[in-house]
Amino acid sequence: MMSGETLLSLIDLRKWYRIKRGLFGRIEYIRAVDGVSFTLNKGEAVSLVGESGSGKTTLGRTILGLEKPTSGKIIFEGKDLTELDSKTMSWYRRETGFVQQDPFGALPPFMTIMRILEEPMIINKIEKKERRERIYKALEEVRLTPVEDYLKKYPHMLSGGQQQRVVIARAIILNPKLIIADEPVSMLDASVRIEILTLLRELQKKHDLGIIYITHDLSTTRYFSEWIYVMYAGKIIEKARTQEMLKNPSHPYTKALLQAIPDPDAKNRFIFREIPPGEPPSLINPPKGCRFHPRCVFAIKGLCDRKEPPEINIEKDHLVSCWLYADSNK
Amino acid sequence: MSDEFFEVEDLYMYYRTRIGPVKAVDGVSFSINRGETLALIGESGCGKSSLAKSLIRLLPRNVEIFKGHIYLDGEDLMKMSESQFRKNIQWQRISMVAQAALNSLNPVIKVGEQVAEPLIIHKEVDKKTALERAREVFSLVGIPEAFIDRYPFELSGGMRQRTIIAMALIMNPEIIILDEPTSALDVLTQANIMNLLKKIRNESNISFILITHDVGLSSELADKVAVMYAGQIVELGDAENFYSSPLHPYSQKLMASVPTLRRDKTPEYIPGAPLSLINPPKSCRFADRCPFKMEICSKEPPVVSLEKGRFVRCWLHAK
Amino acid sequence: MSYRIKDQIKELFQYKYALIGIGILLVLIGISIYTVIAIPYHQATYLWRGGEGIWLDYPRNAMPSWINFFLPKKLPETIILDTQKTQKGVTKVIVPFGEQASKVRIELTFNYLYDDFPSEINLFYSAKYNVSSPHLTIYWIKPEGQRFKLRELTLRKNGAYYISNDGKLALNLQNYYSQKIGEEPNYVMSPEIGLFAVEDKSVSKLETATPLKGRYLMVIEGTLFEKNSDVNVKLVVYGKVYGAAGTDHLRRDLSIALLWGTPIALSFGVIAALSIAMIQIIIAAISAWFAGRVDFIVQKITEVNMILPFLPILIMISVFYSFSIWMLLVVVIALSIFGSGVKTYRAVFLQIKEFPYVEAAKAYGASSLRIVFLYIIPKVLPTIIPSLVLSVSDFVFLEAAMALLGLGDPVAPTWGKIIEDAYSTGALYKGYFYWVLEPSFLLILTALGFALLGFSLDKIFNPRLKER
Repeated sequence: MMSGETLLSLIDLRKWYRIKRGLFGRIEYIRAVDGVSFTLNKGEAVSLVGESGSGKTTLGRTILGLEKPTSGKIIFEGKDLTELDSKTMSWYRRETGFVQQDPFGALPPFMTIMRILEEPMIINKIEKKERRERIYKALEEVRLTPVEDYLKKYPHMLSGGQQQRVVIARAIILNPKLIIADEPVSMLDASVRIEILTLLRELQKKHDLGIIYITHDLSTTRYFSEWIYVMYAGKIIEKARTQEMLKNPSHPYTKALLQAIPDPDAKNRFIFREIPPGEPPSLINPPKGCRFHPRCVFAIKGLCDRKEPPEINIEKDHLVSCWLYADSNK
Repeated sequence: MSDEFFEVEDLYMYYRTRIGPVKAVDGVSFSINRGETLALIGESGCGKSSLAKSLIRLLPRNVEIFKGHIYLDGEDLMKMSESQFRKNIQWQRISMVAQAALNSLNPVIKVGEQVAEPLIIHKEVDKKTALERAREVFSLVGIPEAFIDRYPFELSGGMRQRTIIAMALIMNPEIIILDEPTSALDVLTQANIMNLLKKIRNESNISFILITHDVGLSSELADKVAVMYAGQIVELGDAENFYSSPLHPYSQKLMASVPTLRRDKTPEYIPGAPLSLINPPKSCRFADRCPFKMEICSKEPPVVSLEKGRFVRCWLHAK
Repeated sequence: MSYRIKDQIKELFQYKYALIGIGILLVLIGISIYTVIAIPYHQATYLWRGGEGIWLDYPRNAMPSWINFFLPKKLPETIILDTQKTQKGVTKVIVPFGEQASKVRIELTFNYLYDDFPSEINLFYSAKYNVSSPHLTIYWIKPEGQRFKLRELTLRKNGAYYISNDGKLALNLQNYYSQKIGEEPNYVMSPEIGLFAVEDKSVSKLETATPLKGRYLMVIEGTLFEKNSDVNVKLVVYGKVYGAAGTDHLRRDLSIALLWGTPIALSFGVIAALSIAMIQIIIAAISAWFAGRVDFIVQKITEVNMILPFLPILIMISVFYSFSIWMLLVVVIALSIFGSGVKTYRAVFLQIKEFPYVEAAKAYGASSLRIVFLYIIPKVLPTIIPSLVLSVSDFVFLEAAMALLGLGDPVAPTWGKIIEDAYSTGALYKGYFYWVLEPSFLLILTALGFALLGFSLDKIFNPRLKER
């Protein structure tokens, strides 16, 4: 489906959390990620879009290795991460970077900026001289200049946007190949968001980075990724190139998402938006068949509530998991 | 005196901190008609939450200056004493949905009782009648009446926000202030809540004052738009004019920075950082970040009135 | 909240109470340093053990001498006249007499200007001879010329004439006064009163008896039977006040124990508080970080240990094994480490464990050890410091309490030991208040210093407690 060198490959990845109900309770599972497969090429950015409870954050953390997959495979640069040994894991940690949602929380409050940026390098045994060089370079790349002004400061002395730049600097300082950005701008002011996203895009282009950009805000995805994957209740229900997704959303859920987002327009106050009724399902007992069917106005009785839809290729580079398109396999 | 429905005139609210006085509301004036909704747009730190709380007289403990006029149906609310205000206005004619209020519901009290509480306190209605009314309001906001007996943790985020809106509605206010009512909610839930607010607006004559940093969201309800920067309103106008052609450079930059789903445009960002509310300069507060900065901008710009109900605080439009 | 130490210290100085607390602690530290240098520990324990006549020249149960400043009647200080020292008022003349023998005449004179009688009078002597011991007669002459023969003595090489314990002398004096004033004194007159009293009706009642002020003279005449014999005497007229802190029942200068109690108390308290806090942090961090089995075991141990009553167990152990003070420290620490602090710190760690920056550290490959010590503990430390400081005085008092119960170190000169000595000899019953008040005052002062400092630190590190 995609051309170019494959960086990351997920094959039927699942992450379930075990919980026990009651004292002698039954064991139940929260199926946060329930069968996700996709491929990411070198230098490409994917927006992983979903609402809270869709499992997108868990997916991001599992890809990073912060959670151990329950089943399925993660293949990075040809190596199967699920057969981990500690040496492979150390290598993998160098190859990936993490940009988190809360810029202040992501920085240890008692370390200076210089120290924060040094830490990943100290852990990965990079020599002192090179460390200094890399810190300067990283801060310049995220445009926190003059660098000397920032080295001795503590996180609380910086604005939200500046803090997030430090987080990004830290994420790229080991020269990774893949960055996972989990809601990197949702805690920042509107005017700063674009700045930070633009920065990420520039870095991606410059260093040929793969980025998985996790967000609930579809309107920002347009400028910052080649692909959009839409996630619902632990599964990816639609994948397409960005322009295609925004022009031709196919899955009823995707359509609803797009339709619910207001662009600034004075006419909006007279329009009622059509929203699928109900709430996202519990991840412990997801609905049988297609997980969206209880809320879907197009649900086909007897089919959507019984069998899970397969991934259907409706256009080049456009896949949907929906029974409505069963005949359009290209 | 005023013959508008709701008019704020020269409102100031400063509060004391160790470092100096924070001029959170620094000379704000606007007016709205009955049934009209005003959207107040601004980024974090511009003072919009302080303004919201000032309108309903929820002042911080260390308030230093609070002066100006707030006219409701011609009566100056600022002249009222604390107890008078609380007895007659607060929550009865003006109520508020605070930011992230859905997280401040009391976890050990049933939601029905919490919604009924303003009635019991202000109007001294007995519990049974109050709960009846709560049931009515629940159906108004789209919560099944059975939920009266549920606890907050049993409700989803969207439901809890509706509960908060119900609490604001229960006394039949004339004005409801909404401070970032959907910031903690998902896209679909947000759209649902906005639908609800539109419905309420259609079915009653309530005026909303919607405070948000989300320009797109503001257009869902706004009849009038005010843009706030560094404690002041820099532009006020009606929705049609504002969304199509904003006048103040800050408003223009704000519009330009909104990533749009449908329109093809590259969003720009505003360089620099928002001004601190402590010791703002005597010049135009946006001057340092303004692409149209002129020499005269080192003096505070006047409020230029363009048509009825439209003004800009900018030298570019001064005669 | 600022993270630079400099800023935090500056903030601390803004609090008046903190400055007072720090001032108190600096004084105590200063005392400790001085004491450790001026009186080395082994010397202190040697002195404090007493015996071997170390304290023989000191009065028993004397009050601190500064008390005279406040009293209308001036209490006497100790007067020592020693023939082996060149002093004013001491003369010794030896005149040969015949072939071998010599006659010796010693005159000891002093001015007595106090308003109260001495507590004791002793005459110590040493004689040099081969076979024949010298023979002495001792006379006492009061300011108005009254002359008394006290005793005749045949000397040994070393000995003492305990004048105040001389029963025969006491009886003689009693008769003397009865005759002189025509009344029997209504109390048992001991020599130190009889030899000093004003000779009128006042002497008949103990409350009214007053010493005669003036020049006193002790004349010792005797014979030395051998060539090269010699004799030396030391007259000690014991006062009722001594030094900065007074003396105890074993005549020991209390200031030694008070001074030495300071570094002992401070180091005991600080070492206990610090070690327990540090060990608890490490235990809590390991428990919280590794969760699962490890957490379960550690928590269960902690819970059981918390239920066991600390002080009774400590007492039980010390009844069977006698502790030196440092052993006591180790046992206290051992019994305390699985205490409530573990639970508190664990709760804090569990929170911090979920913080984004900890997650980020995991993502760039930090090891568990590194995260616990470099990422979690530094965030927790500021909140731990106030309670650490406040707990120091707990341990200071604990040591004192153990000493008071008689279970502490039997030889270490600590404040608690002073109080224990006082208690076991019935100090309050006998009116020796200073003996109890002085160590108590120091204990309270120490507690006050740490409390003031601790509460001020609490205000800084817990911003919610700050006043506007």
